[in-house]
Amino acid sequence: MATIKELSKKKEIISGGHRACAGCIPMIAMRQVLRAASNPVVVGCATGCMEVVTTIYPYTAWRSSYIHNAFENVAATISGVETAYRILKKKGKIPEDTKIDFIAFGGDGGTYDIGIQSLSGAMERGHNMLYVCYNNEAYMNTGVQRSSATPYGAFTNTAPSGSVSFGKKQFSKDLTGIMAAHRIPYVAQTSVSHWRDLVNKVQKALSIDGPTFLNILAPCQLGWRFPPEKGVEIARLAVETCFWPLYEVENGKLRITIKPKEKKPVLEYIKLQGRFRHLMKDSAKDVVDKIQKEIDLRWEELLEKSKV
Amino acid sequence: MSTIIGLTGNEAVAEAMRQINPDVVAAYPITPQTELMHKFADFVANGKVDTEMILVESEHSAMSASVGAAAGGARAMTATCANGLALMWEIVYIAASLRLPIVMAVVNRALSGPINIHNDHSDSMGCRDSGWIQIYSENSQEAYDNTIMAVKIAENKDVLLPVMVTLDGFILSHTLERIEILDDKQVREFIGEYIPQNHLLDINHPVTIGPLDLQDYYFEHKRQEAEAINNALEVVEEVSFEYSRLTGRNYDVLELYRMEDAERAIVALGSTAGTVKFTVDSLRENGEKVGMIKLRLFRPFPYKEIYEALKNVKSFAVLDKCISFGYGGPVYGEIKSALYNYQAFIPAVNYIYGLGGRDIKPTSIKKVFDELKHITKEGVNGKLIHYLDVRE
Repeated sequence: MATIKELSKKKEIISGGHRACAGCIPMIAMRQVLRAASNPVVVGCATGCMEVVTTIYPYTAWRSSYIHNAFENVAATISGVETAYRILKKKGKIPEDTKIDFIAFGGDGGTYDIGIQSLSGAMERGHNMLYVCYNNEAYMNTGVQRSSATPYGAFTNTAPSGSVSFGKKQFSKDLTGIMAAHRIPYVAQTSVSHWRDLVNKVQKALSIDGPTFLNILAPCQLGWRFPPEKGVEIARLAVETCFWPLYEVENGKLRITIKPKEKKPVLEYIKLQGRFRHLMKDSAKDVVDKIQKEIDLRWEELLEKSKV
Repeated sequence: MSTIIGLTGNEAVAEAMRQINPDVVAAYPITPQTELMHKFADFVANGKVDTEMILVESEHSAMSASVGAAAGGARAMTATCANGLALMWEIVYIAASLRLPIVMAVVNRALSGPINIHNDHSDSMGCRDSGWIQIYSENSQEAYDNTIMAVKIAENKDVLLPVMVTLDGFILSHTLERIEILDDKQVREFIGEYIPQNHLLDINHPVTIGPLDLQDYYFEHKRQEAEAINNALEVVEEVSFEYSRLTGRNYDVLELYRMEDAERAIVALGSTAGTVKFTVDSLRENGEKVGMIKLRLFRPFPYKEIYEALKNVKSFAVLDKCISFGYGGPVYGEIKSALYNYQAFIPAVNYIYGLGGRDIKPTSIKKVFDELKHITKEGVNGKLIHYLDVRE
């Protein structure tokens, strides 16, 4: 494991001058992932913020090879590139000592929702690739619409709070659990607030010959409505409240990688975010209680699974 | 040296693919294409090809993986039809706009609904605007030959576009035919080694493929794509000529059948061309001056060639195995517009036929030629679009 000093000296794969918002956490997530890679990478992006902000023709922020195909198919696309790599290497058209890591990036819309079939297929087929979901819990690129990753009670433009609504009425889908159920060699959840955890998980994933999946919580200042400098702090609170537990499932064995010393109440996490502002009143207390109850339930389940 | 064997249309395309030995083949099952991929998977399982197959979970992913493989510098192929082609629609357009020379067999089948597994051309006709070159096959020999030629057309530097080779579902795909097969060596020399430009796996020369392209450049890229497919017409002619020298089988963008002195003509594509030829022969025995034009290349559309072929007839009919609702047959529309370009005003009618696999018989084609007699004398009396052999 490299020190943060060593990592900071590595040449960035994404150049400056890209068009991400100030305080964009998905961009930090992507840069941390790429920093952790030691081999040359070929990257695919699903349609979404990270695709839009890194490439507007004739400019590109990518110093590595990069492909964008469509919204729902980055996993299938990278599976095609990875297959090309294997056969061209076998045929001697790519030098034998060449080593390339294949990484697919998708937001939660492109991963949890429209891209889940393509992702499931690619993981089941066993391609040697890492799929990274930068999960900002809604469709941010199109202007903040609810996805199956959006948390219960959050405001989005398609499930807004109003006189008869408290925001999203469903809890988020447990995609990391779904990926673990694929029984692929490595699945993990991580956060930019815990860079060492993130870098470790990326390096572990890339060292494995087979399909691997990382789910990174990536707060979005526009969609979640917080000041740009607060992103990492909010990401950390997600971990400390067990809203976003950091764990990995390696060859079926679940391990919680960061256990908060003291599990903070979820209120501390949601009160910093404008998307939950409508819940900060007495009449909405039952909604906050319900969120807390679900977090407790999921955390207990995770603790149980980690004991097996 | 060629070998003569009996193969179905699906097997003939699979055999061509074995000889092409593509780097990557992505496949998802759909009737009547399934047997093609069974046969090819068998070649893979027995080490007859070096190909890596990607057995995807949908046609959408079949085309997506083909795009990834081709962008990685691999020679990539796939096959589908009907609803499968419709599901990959979005990526069909992207494959062309990224200028990736993918070759895809389309085993033509009716596009739902109602659901139907039999042949018409509603699937491939629907994506005629996608930027793919489209070559239609009359029989399984042509499907075999067209598949080999398609690789060379697609990879030509002035083209670099994907090619769709079609064959009629069941009528060709499941019918045993006498096929002449080239030697493997001849095929490999004919198509040559594929040397990709600007691909993802050349790590010393990283490339960004598929960037967001807005008002200031998108139009120029579409204009280049239009230029590329226009270039394809000449390339199809060149490659077909080169292939004919190898095989003795002559292919052109159109096939003219007994058209020298024809007064009435039928324009058709796909397997129906064979049935029309048979009918032309029998009418010719009675001294009737009839002929047929087979459209082999539908995209790019051979406007000038169509005009040259039709300019001397007194009337003609276009057979369409597809319907563009609210208009008529798509081939009919293209042919009339070709004639307009040359100010040729020849009475012409459209017959929609065979939808959902309804059989087309020589007696029905004779009816069309008979109707053309009236049209020659009296002109078109208002009704342009007719439906052949349908209960109305």
